[in-house]
Amino acid sequence: MTSPDPMAEIKASFFIECEELLESLQDGLEALSNGETDSETINVVFRAVHSIKGGAGAFGLDQLVEFAHTYETVLDSIRSGDLAVDPNIMRVLFQAGDILSDLVRLSRDGEVIEPSLTQDTYKALQDIVGETSDGDSGADDDIDFQPMGLALDLDFADDAKSVFTVMFKPSSELFESGNEPLHLLKALSELGEATVACDTKELPVVDELDFETGYLQWTIRLETEADKSAIEEVFEFVDGLCQLTITEGEDLPATDLPEIEEDETPEPQAVTPVAAVATSAQQATAPAPGQPTAAPRATVRVDLERVDRLVNLVGELVINQAMLSQSISAIGVQPSSEVSSGLEEFMRLTRDIQDSVMMIRAQPIKSLFQRMSRIVREASADVGKTVRFVTEGEGTEIDKTVIERLSDPLTHMIRNAVDHGLEKGDARRANGKPEEGIVKLSAAHRSGRVVIEISDDGAGINRPRVHQIAVEKGLIAPDTQLTDTEIDNLLFAPGFSTASEISNLSGRGVGMDVVRSAIQALGGRISISSTPGAGTSFTISLPLTLAVLDGMVVHVAGEAMVVPLNSIAETLALTTKELEQLGSNKFLVRIRDQFVPLLDLGVELGYRAPLDRYEGAVVLLISQEDGSRAALVVDSIQDQRQVVIKGLEESYGRVPGVAAATILGDGQIALILDPTDIITNASGRVSSDDTLFDLAG
Amino acid sequence: MSEIENMKDAGNVELLSFRISDQEYSVDIMSVREIRSWTKATPLPHSPTYVKGVINLRGTVLPIIDLSARLGLEKEEQSERDVIIVVQLMGQTVGLLVDAVIDILAVPQSEMQSPPEIGNDAGPSFVSALTLVDGRMIRLLDLQAVMPSIEAQVA
Repeated sequence: MTSPDPMAEIKASFFIECEELLESLQDGLEALSNGETDSETINVVFRAVHSIKGGAGAFGLDQLVEFAHTYETVLDSIRSGDLAVDPNIMRVLFQAGDILSDLVRLSRDGEVIEPSLTQDTYKALQDIVGETSDGDSGADDDIDFQPMGLALDLDFADDAKSVFTVMFKPSSELFESGNEPLHLLKALSELGEATVACDTKELPVVDELDFETGYLQWTIRLETEADKSAIEEVFEFVDGLCQLTITEGEDLPATDLPEIEEDETPEPQAVTPVAAVATSAQQATAPAPGQPTAAPRATVRVDLERVDRLVNLVGELVINQAMLSQSISAIGVQPSSEVSSGLEEFMRLTRDIQDSVMMIRAQPIKSLFQRMSRIVREASADVGKTVRFVTEGEGTEIDKTVIERLSDPLTHMIRNAVDHGLEKGDARRANGKPEEGIVKLSAAHRSGRVVIEISDDGAGINRPRVHQIAVEKGLIAPDTQLTDTEIDNLLFAPGFSTASEISNLSGRGVGMDVVRSAIQALGGRISISSTPGAGTSFTISLPLTLAVLDGMVVHVAGEAMVVPLNSIAETLALTTKELEQLGSNKFLVRIRDQFVPLLDLGVELGYRAPLDRYEGAVVLLISQEDGSRAALVVDSIQDQRQVVIKGLEESYGRVPGVAAATILGDGQIALILDPTDIITNASGRVSSDDTLFDLAG
Repeated sequence: MSEIENMKDAGNVELLSFRISDQEYSVDIMSVREIRSWTKATPLPHSPTYVKGVINLRGTVLPIIDLSARLGLEKEEQSERDVIIVVQLMGQTVGLLVDAVIDILAVPQSEMQSPPEIGNDAGPSFVSALTLVDGRMIRLLDLQAVMPSIEAQVA
């Protein structure tokens, strides 16, 4: 009644719940495959599938129910000990988990589910069940599991209507878990003709009313074509959270009810507690065996938009605070005065609030890792390699947007590791390695950044081959001598692909250069290291959040601008002997006997003409993980600070060389530069030899 | 108030008129969000000359278009008395830098004339209509044509 379509809302929350259930399903399966076959682990897996099935049944998602049911049957045999877990069964279970999540996704998006999607796995599941229970797949006499109808509108042979009497008494836990009796009653009345009566005898006088306790119970007389299981299905979600008796026939249940007010509309809605926190002893009902009520987790679901608004507001706060402190210092207040110390306190609080708000957006990286585990399973099946996927630091928290945008690059890299990184089984044996290859994905917080590592124990980078390909593709001159690191970095060069034959898996036209730019777009860096015969590892280092950035405020041609701190290797004032001229108007800077192109930021941005002389100029030595290096000339360096990132693209469009904008303490907008973009498009770079500077590490 | 309502009913358009180098232009008042005084804009590199830069509009980044440069007119000395008219069109918000705001006018729709074609001038036309108010010619600005096109960013 509160919203136009409560069903749609319930459905939406069902799918959100499904995400969580699928996550715990994955966890359980991982644990199972690691040999943790205790009953609790199996129960977790079973319960996840069971709950998805239950919910799907309530929304008439037949295909999902059917698949989940078969899945559940297999799990049940494992639980009862009829079926022992072996690697083959494990593989099917994982596969079924993947299919289940596909089905959930397709159902959520209302897309058509092709029967071919489930076919193979469905059959594999049925085969397993067939082995153990002689084709008796549906039956299941576990006390805590009730087989149920697959759809609400089942057409039974006897369409004679039968009468049920349902006694329903919600306990306070029911309200606590966010359920609403009205929806249940509504769902019930959709089954047939329902006469609802509410018993208010336990309702105390208003003064004594505890708003967090349920006092009401309902008796529903239902005339329906559906059978008992369909009614039970309605109450599936609140199983254990209420007293429920369903009797066939007109008789009232044993509970003696006094005079029942016949009333079509459940009028006592007004006193229905919406959320109950306290559990009163009399209301506590014993949960049904085997269906433990999930311990309430202290979490709250919040619309991401609201969080983002909060993040924005805090950004404003930070800017305002900076402006305030700037104007206070401008009017010459004594540093020891009350105003100054108050301002200091204000700054500290602002920073705390900012950190806390950023934490709201942070999520454990686990969901991403689980997705990758699926990629490994699929990829290894495709190329016929046995691969063990090891993850570490799943609890590492990182900004939600970063997680989302990491998915594609990581997928690509994981596929690469399985396809190119690991050798084939026989090659591994020949090299004295176990046949099973290892792909490892780890995450950890390291000095204010998140470091993600993807490594394999494969053959390592075939450097002569990489060199040869780079020559063939014209990326380097044939006689170029490169160090190992430089060769490894060639993998990131645009248009580079090592696979001599394009396999189904990789080689979809996406190279490592795309991965690199995706990581850089997130303010991250990627590096590569490889040991021949021992494997390759990629290290991605990412900022914790996308909303703020550590930057160096510099002045160029009278404009303040921000250079991301992570791109600056060092700053220096040029001396004559570091400066080398190349041609008529190009300069190189000699840093520890390496040459780095000198770029005048003011010229590159089109703000001013080149300076007459660069001796004594302040330069920022930019060094990107991709190997691009340059010395950027600035007029002066102001300071280092955290700045709030403001998008420029939404309001204006992309500006070459500029990553975003920010607002400085004086209220002026300062541009946040994108050094990589500036270096790549620099006018100072014309000769082809400069490619070397780009790649040199 | 009621007078304005009546005028609206009669098919009037309300225009905000402003001056750019001795010419009087106007925009539909419904697209105007606010009018603010001139603040220094941060220039954007590699941008067209008519893009003055960006300013901080209560925490959002607002691109500023120098209308006189956009229309190819002689710019008067940049002065503190310049005004920024913040307009919004199809979700895009920009600031238009003009010399001065003149008036709010209610002009009957019927008195709006299409600008006459001059020869075979193929150049971009930023004027969508003309009208006369108290003997002055008021040009109605085609906002769509004035807006800088947002480049689709290729990730």
